[in-house]
Amino acid sequence: MKVSELVELLDLQVISGEKGLDREISGAYVSDLLSDVMGNALEDQVWITLQVHQNVMAIASLKDLAAVILVKGLQPHQSTIAHSKEEQIPLLSSSDSTFDLSGKLYELLKEKG
Amino acid sequence: MKLQFTIEGGNFSNAGHAASEIKKMLKQLGIEARCIRNIVIAMYEAEVNVVAHAFEGQILVDIETDKITTEIIDKGPGIPDIELAMQEGYSTASKKVREMGFGAGMGLPNIKKNTDEFYIESTVNSGTTLKMINYF
Repeated sequence: MKVSELVELLDLQVISGEKGLDREISGAYVSDLLSDVMGNALEDQVWITLQVHQNVMAIASLKDLAAVILVKGLQPHQSTIAHSKEEQIPLLSSSDSTFDLSGKLYELLKEKG
Repeated sequence: MKLQFTIEGGNFSNAGHAASEIKKMLKQLGIEARCIRNIVIAMYEAEVNVVAHAFEGQILVDIETDKITTEIIDKGPGIPDIELAMQEGYSTASKKVREMGFGAGMGLPNIKKNTDEFYIESTVNSGTTLKMINYF
């Protein structure tokens, strides 16, 4: 599944990094601990988090993640947006809580792979 | 090939800069992806440690045909009990740093896990030096 399909199916807001919307995703990782993501997330995964500062994009870039989804309608810092554009990694936002969003995404990935 | 980077204590906006540069360089050199991933994780964690705990630091990278050696030398408070600091979950990070999602006590264990050789030396009230080697 592509990031753009996720945006549509989960009704996500695209904040920045539109150039990366065509990317295929391999799965997802959910964590707000940056070292956990650094150590355990895998390439092409989507990262669901409530952290909004720019180190999130540094990690997404270093780990070759497909996109970052912020939960509960949280808005990123300006520096996070700038970093997302620079790295061409989509920064997305959902009004759902982490639990609800993860559940929906899990179902989607199970159905569509 | 030798490279050098400077880390400023407390400045999280630049954290990951060295790891990002090294990642690009190793990609260009055609190093295996798994190996690059390990090095990048270790280097990022080491950078963040300096930003979160020390006043300033230097990263010295030496890329040879068969391995990459990284030394991270900081001026800072040092680590009184290295064995304790190496334990997963142990952290002395400030509240502010924890709120950012750092300081989970996973940094040093992550570094150890992702390097082939790892050495750490520290002097209280002076600083800490890490040396890590990854073979290609």
